[in-house]
Amino acid sequence: MELKTQTEKNGTQMSEKNSTTPSSLSDVAAKRAETKVAGSAPLGTGLEARGVHAWFDKHHALADVSLDFSAGTVTALIGPSGCGKSTFIRTLNRMHEFIPNTSMAGQVLLDGKDIYEPGIDVTKIRLQIGMVFQKPNPFPSMTIGENVLSGLKLAQLKVSNQEELLEECLVRAGLWNEVKDRLGAHAGGLSGGQQQRLCIARALAVKPKVLLMDEPCSALDPGSTLRIEETISQLSKSMTIVIVTHNMQQAARVSDYTAFFLSDGGPGQMIEVGPTNEIFSRPRDERTENYVTGRFG
Amino acid sequence: MSLDAPAKPIPQAREITTKPRVSDQIFRSIVTAFSFSALIILALIALFLFIQGFSTLKEQGLGFITNFEWSVTTDEAGKEIADFGLQAMLIGTMVTSFIALFIAVPLAVLTALFLTFYAPERVKKVLVTVVDLMAAFPSILYGLWGLFILMPMAVYWAELLHKWLGWIPLFDVPQPIFTRSPFIAGLVLAVMIIPIITSVSREVFAQTPLDRVQAAYALGATKWGVIKAVVLPFGANGVVGGSMLGLGRAFGETVAVYFVLNIVFRTNFEILFTQGGNVASMIVLKFGEAGETEIGALMASGLVLFLLTLIVNFIANAVVNRTVKSGR
Amino acid sequence: MSTTQVTPTRPWAASPKDRALTASSVLLSAAITVGIVLGTPMKGKLAYFFVFLITWLIVDSLYVVRKFGAKGVRDALAAKITLYGAVVVSMAVFSILWATVSEGVAGLNLAFVTENMRNASFFDPIGKGGVLHAIIGTLELILIAIIIAVPMGILTALYLTEIKGKAAGLIQFLVQAMSGVPSVVAGLFIYAAIILNTPLRASAFLGGLALSILMIPTVTRTSQEVLNLVPRDLREAGLAMGATQWKTVALVVIPAARSGLITATILGVARIAGETAPLLFTVGVFDGYNFNPFVGGTGTLPTVIWAGLGAGTPEAAQRAWSAILILLIIVLIMFVLARTVGSRQFKKK
Repeated sequence: MELKTQTEKNGTQMSEKNSTTPSSLSDVAAKRAETKVAGSAPLGTGLEARGVHAWFDKHHALADVSLDFSAGTVTALIGPSGCGKSTFIRTLNRMHEFIPNTSMAGQVLLDGKDIYEPGIDVTKIRLQIGMVFQKPNPFPSMTIGENVLSGLKLAQLKVSNQEELLEECLVRAGLWNEVKDRLGAHAGGLSGGQQQRLCIARALAVKPKVLLMDEPCSALDPGSTLRIEETISQLSKSMTIVIVTHNMQQAARVSDYTAFFLSDGGPGQMIEVGPTNEIFSRPRDERTENYVTGRFG
Repeated sequence: MSLDAPAKPIPQAREITTKPRVSDQIFRSIVTAFSFSALIILALIALFLFIQGFSTLKEQGLGFITNFEWSVTTDEAGKEIADFGLQAMLIGTMVTSFIALFIAVPLAVLTALFLTFYAPERVKKVLVTVVDLMAAFPSILYGLWGLFILMPMAVYWAELLHKWLGWIPLFDVPQPIFTRSPFIAGLVLAVMIIPIITSVSREVFAQTPLDRVQAAYALGATKWGVIKAVVLPFGANGVVGGSMLGLGRAFGETVAVYFVLNIVFRTNFEILFTQGGNVASMIVLKFGEAGETEIGALMASGLVLFLLTLIVNFIANAVVNRTVKSGR
Repeated sequence: MSTTQVTPTRPWAASPKDRALTASSVLLSAAITVGIVLGTPMKGKLAYFFVFLITWLIVDSLYVVRKFGAKGVRDALAAKITLYGAVVVSMAVFSILWATVSEGVAGLNLAFVTENMRNASFFDPIGKGGVLHAIIGTLELILIAIIIAVPMGILTALYLTEIKGKAAGLIQFLVQAMSGVPSVVAGLFIYAAIILNTPLRASAFLGGLALSILMIPTVTRTSQEVLNLVPRDLREAGLAMGATQWKTVALVVIPAARSGLITATILGVARIAGETAPLLFTVGVFDGYNFNPFVGGTGTLPTVIWAGLGAGTPEAAQRAWSAILILLIIVLIMFVLARTVGSRQFKKK
C-alpha cells in the first residue's frame, strides 16, 4: 500500500513538472538534477562495458565503447539513427547474438564478472539484466497476470507468493490501478502504453538488477510516453536503468547520465558521456553540441 | 462533428469507371473462363462418379457405408446378387491413416523445429532439400521400398510390440502373421506424409513474431523455453492444418498402400495383423476383374473417397490459410 | 578511436572445450551402447542406433546438469530430440535412395534402355528386352499433360494475380482443394467420364488427361507465387505507357516471370511423372512402341513397374527396381532443373 501511494504522489509531481513547457533541454536536465539524488539505491549492481565492439557480418557497427553504469542511475544513450546505440544496448544482455553472423569483442562486466565468459549460463545473465523493447510485446495467448509472471515460468523460478509479486510488479510499473480488476483478461485488449507498462512489469517480476530499455516510447503517444517516463523515474530509485532514446527531451527528463553516440560513416562510437545536465548545457565535444542543439541529426 | 458547425456537404464518392478496350475484354474473359477450370473439374469428377455409381448407391442405400460385405454372386436362377459395403474399407483407411499421423506428426514437428531453430545454416540447406526431395518421390517407389526394405524390419518391430504390449487389444493378433498389416501400411504412409507436415509446420514456425521470441529470451528463457512458451502456441494451428493436409494425402494414397497391406473385407482393429482395409487400394485391387455391376460400386467408392478427402482438405486449408495469413 | 586491430569474436559459439566435452560424451555413450547391446538379446544395426540415441540423451544430460541445472537439461534434451527427429527422417530418405540405386543397378544394361519387351517377357533372364517403350510412353504422357495443364494452370494463376476478380478467393480455395484430389480418383474420373461414355478407349491421351488433373494445382500455385514476385512498378510502367492490360501481361509480366513459370512446369512434371494409380485405368498396356497417343494402349514406367511387381518372379522384381531407378533419375533431373532455373529467377530479383 505504501508503494501505491508513493506512485500516485510521484505521478502527480511528474506531470506537474512536465506540464510547464521548458525553455531548453539544459533547463530540463538541470531541473531533473535538482529533484533526483543520483545513486540513492543500494550499491553493488554496477554494469560496466569495456572496449565493446560489434560486427554484423563484415560490417563493423560499433567500435570500442567503454561505459560504466553505476547502481541506481539512469543512463540515456542518444545519437542519430545508425550510430550503434541499439546495437550497444543489445550487447549488454547478450541479445546481440540472436542476429545471424554477428560477432563482438570486449567485455561486459556485471558485478565484476564478464557476462561473455565461455561456459557461463547466459539465461542467468538475462535474468539479472532485463530488457524492454521498442514495440510493446506482451504474449497474446496469456492473460495480463500470466504475462507478468511469465518470466518465472520461463526461467523456472519458484516464488512463494505469486499474488504479492504480481501486485508489486504492476504497482512498480504504474499499471496496477488500471488492470487490478481484470488480471484474467487477455493482454491484447490493453492500449499500447498499457502494454508497454505490462512489459515493464513482466521484466520486473524476475527481479533484475539492471533494466535495459530500447526506445521504449517510440511506438507510443505522448500521454503514454509520459506515464512510462514516470515509471522510469520511480524505478530508478531501486535499480540501474539504461535507456536508448531518439528523443532528447526524454533523455533530459529521465536520465542522470547521457552518452552520445555517433557514426562518421565508419563504426559507431561513443563520443562523450557525462551527467545529463552537463551534456545538454556545456558539452565538451563540438559534435555533441551540434547534435543536442539540433544542428544535425 | 459538433452540431452547430455549418453543415458541409460531403461529396459523393465518384465511381471510377473505365471501359476496357476490346483486346482487354477478350483477355479478361479468357483468363476468367480458364480460372474456373478448377471448379469445373471438381464438379465434373463428382458428377460422373455419381452417375456411374448411382445404381449401386440406390440399391445399397446407407448400407454402402455401414455394411462390410463385398460380393457379387449369381443365384440358381442366374440372377445377380450384389452386396457392396465399404465399412471395413473406410475404417481400415482411417486406421492406417491415423497410425501414419501418430508416427509422422511428432517426427515432422521435431524436424521442423530442428530446421527452424537448431540447424546450422549448411545443415539446414541440405535437410530442406532432402525433405523436398522426399515429397517428389513417386508413390510407387514408396510402395516398393515399403515392400522390400521396410517390411522385413517392420515385421520384427511388430513382433516386439506384440511380445511386450500384446496384452493391449490393439497389439494382439489372432495368428502370428505380421506381414502386410495396417501397422506397416501406416509406417509407409507416415514416411510419405512427413514432408507436407514438415514444410507447413516450418513455414508457420518461421513466422513466429521475432519480438515475442526476443521478449522470452530477455526474460531468461532457454531456447526450449521460447519454443514452448511462444513458438508452439503460435504455430499450433498451423501444425494441426498441416497434419490434416497429411491426413488427406494418407486417405487418398493408393499404390504405396496396395503393396504393403493385405486387403480383407473385415473390420480389423488389431493393427499388427495381416488384415486391413483401404478404399483407394481396394478400388485398384478389384478393378481388374470387375464386371459391370462391380465397376459401378467402385465408382461409388471413388465418390466416397473423393468427398472424404475433399472435406478433410477444405478444413485443413481453412486452418492453414487462417494461421499463415493472420500472422497472429 | 582505436587504431589497434581488434578481432571479432563469438563468445556464444561452442568453444574447443565444449567440443571436447561433446566428443567425450559421444564416445562414452557409444561405449555404453556397445556394452548394452552385447549384454542383452537385442541385435541389429538399428538396435545399436536406437540404444545409442537414448544413451547419449542420458549421458549428455548428466554432463549438462552440473552446470546448468534442470532448466539446462530440458533445453539440451529438446535440442537433441529435435535433432533425432531430423535424423530419423533423413535416414528414411537415404534408405529409399540407397535401396533404389543398389537394387536397381543390377538390372541396368544397354538392352534395358534401348529395347522394348515385344520379344521378351518378365520371366526372361535379365539382359533380354528393355523398357525403352515405357520411357517413351512416360515422356509422351508428360508432354500431353504439359500441353493441357500448363496453359490452364498459368491462366488460373493470371486470374489470381492480374485480374484479381471477385471469385479469386473461391478459385484459390478450389485450387488448394484440387491439389488434394487422390490420384486414383483422377483415373476413375477419366474412366467414368470418357471410357464408359465415348468410343475412346484407354490410350496415352487419356492417361495424360488424368495426369493433367493432378498437375494443374501444382502449376497454378507455383506460377502464382512467381507472378506475385514480379514488381508492381513493372506492371504500372506498362499500363502508364498506354499499353492494354493484355499487352502488359504478355510483354512485361510473363517475360519477367519466365524462368519461374518454367520452374512451375517442371515441378508439375515432377509431381506426376511417377503417378501410377490413374494410369491403371487410363493408358492400358502395350509392350512395344505405340506412337499414336489416341488409339491403343501405351507402356509407361509406372505401369511396367506395377506389372513387374505383380508378376512375382525375381527377374520381374529386378526389372521393377531397375525401372524405378530410371523413373527416379527422371524425377531427380526435374528436381535439380526446377531448383537451378528457380534460383536464377530469385537471384535476378
